[in-house]
Amino acid sequence: MLAFALKRLGLAVLVTFTVSVISFSLLHLSGDPAAAIAGENATAADIAAINRQFGFDRPLTVQYTDWLWKALHGDFGESYYFKMPVADLISDRLSITMLLGVCSISFALLTAVPLGVAAAVRPNSLIDRTALFLSVAGQAMPSFWFGLIMIVVFSIKFRLLPPSGSETWRHFIMPTVVLGYYAMPAIMRLTRAGMLEVLNADYIRTARAKGAGAGRVLFKHALRNAIVPVVSLSAVQMGFMLGGSIVVEAIFALHGAGYLAWESISRHDLPTVQALILIFSCFYILFTLLSDLANAWLDPRIRVG
Amino acid sequence: MSETILNVEGLTVDIPLGSGTLHAVRGIDFALKRGETLCIVGESGSGKSLTSLAVMGLLGKRIQVGAAKLEFEGRDLRSLTPRQMQALRGDRMAMIFQEPMTSLNPAYTIGDQLCEALQLHRRVSKAEAMAQAADLLGKVGITAAESRLQQYPHQLSGGLRQRVMIAMALMCEPDLIIADEPTTALDVTIQAQILRLLADLKREMNLALILVTHDLGVVARIADKVAVMYAGEIVESGTAKAIFDAPSHPYTRGLLDCIPVPGKTKPGEPLGSIPGIVPSLVGDVAGCAFRSRCALANDACSETIPKRTASGEHMYRCVHETLISEVA
Repeated sequence: MLAFALKRLGLAVLVTFTVSVISFSLLHLSGDPAAAIAGENATAADIAAINRQFGFDRPLTVQYTDWLWKALHGDFGESYYFKMPVADLISDRLSITMLLGVCSISFALLTAVPLGVAAAVRPNSLIDRTALFLSVAGQAMPSFWFGLIMIVVFSIKFRLLPPSGSETWRHFIMPTVVLGYYAMPAIMRLTRAGMLEVLNADYIRTARAKGAGAGRVLFKHALRNAIVPVVSLSAVQMGFMLGGSIVVEAIFALHGAGYLAWESISRHDLPTVQALILIFSCFYILFTLLSDLANAWLDPRIRVG
Repeated sequence: MSETILNVEGLTVDIPLGSGTLHAVRGIDFALKRGETLCIVGESGSGKSLTSLAVMGLLGKRIQVGAAKLEFEGRDLRSLTPRQMQALRGDRMAMIFQEPMTSLNPAYTIGDQLCEALQLHRRVSKAEAMAQAADLLGKVGITAAESRLQQYPHQLSGGLRQRVMIAMALMCEPDLIIADEPTTALDVTIQAQILRLLADLKREMNLALILVTHDLGVVARIADKVAVMYAGEIVESGTAKAIFDAPSHPYTRGLLDCIPVPGKTKPGEPLGSIPGIVPSLVGDVAGCAFRSRCALANDACSETIPKRTASGEHMYRCVHETLISEVA
């Protein structure tokens, strides 16, 4: 297990390095950064001055190592637009997005896995059909529409929940449900399909022949094997949520990192964009790593050769 | 020695389908004493696996099991609650399956799975269960048992996994073991080892063994009693000696003609085969189910088929009384 974990960790570091190179070079490939900062009426002398000030006249490798070294120490430079350190800007926003992401994936898993298991235990039953209906509805309904309906019902009609902001936990209920419901259908369907397959496996019959009860067969013998692909999918969904929460953040006026990414891209705020790409990627890599480790713990065929 | 472990009369298994009911097992009788080996022989779809699953109570809720008598150690299995049946399974009666490659849970170690079989039925510590597991692995011929206990199923070969399955069936020292084609998925050399192991264990532990197989070679080596199944019925049953010496049902004779006999079958001579396929068992089946494939079939075969006694325990279901003399 340790060897497996170290191997995966090494791979994760390599991927992170690659991502850092890409996110650094993308912005230099998207045009002359100095010209972008200087604006349309700048003279050649202004641009040269900016080049010197920001160090754009140095070789790219030097600029990269300088940028990476500072990034590793939490210094992502200063935002061109907000005129404050990018690190401070992001850390405020990121905690909101992270909180929303963790709540949403928890909501998705806590509803999708029990529903998927129940649906697989009784195929074509009422509960299976209900689960199917919920997942089709979740897949068909756009987040922005569902979010607006939630606001109309729970904030305007019944006045139960605040429609916008991020001050208290009650502000996070609707965004969590909307974003979590977006991830739920795929997880539910995969759990159901996995359980259906595993419940027909020979080793389930063996467990019953040993005299194991229904609950033990279901949760000890079946779910552990069926959940492996679900763990991988959840990591991917969690990654999507980080980026994809932008719609939900906009509807509920949660000023999170997704919203910040949209703002900084549209304003050519290069240091912020670079930092966000790097941080989002690192989180994505981290989730993948965690899901790989979780699966290795669940399934010995992954960790023992 | 003569204690009856299992007594089955009129066992039926019905599977409801969209187009009618499939009568997969149609009223079979057999009984088994401690220390005996009963081989249930038949081709695919004859109902032999369903019979063993029905005795174990492992068939799904959708499948209907009926019987005039279904007694295990004097207890009527039909009257037991699912929980009582669960308590018997793995404890007093255990089962070994056909596919050793997929019959062990890939997520748990061999030791965990062996211990579970014991700990489901006995209040023992994990250490005691592990000691018992190591002991039994040694008994089923697995060397370095202690390290095997720490391994996962995917690290073991098919033959080893089947030995583990046998050890698992033995954990609670059951009175009855049902082995459903335990050697079908294994290499021929391993098959012989596993069969010898089963026969030795049966003798040593004085248990009753039901071996389900389609392989008459296996039957000849291990059986005390044989029941030949065809299309959900036992068409012939008796001691192994009687069945091999004087096969009385045309189907049994057909089966025996299919296997080569050293010294008797000449090289190049074609082996026997039974033409045709097993008839559909959906809806009512009247008369002899084998008549469409039988060389001796006549009009009487569509009528009710009598159960005839050849000698002692040797029974067969056929209208042709004179078959034995014809053979001789």
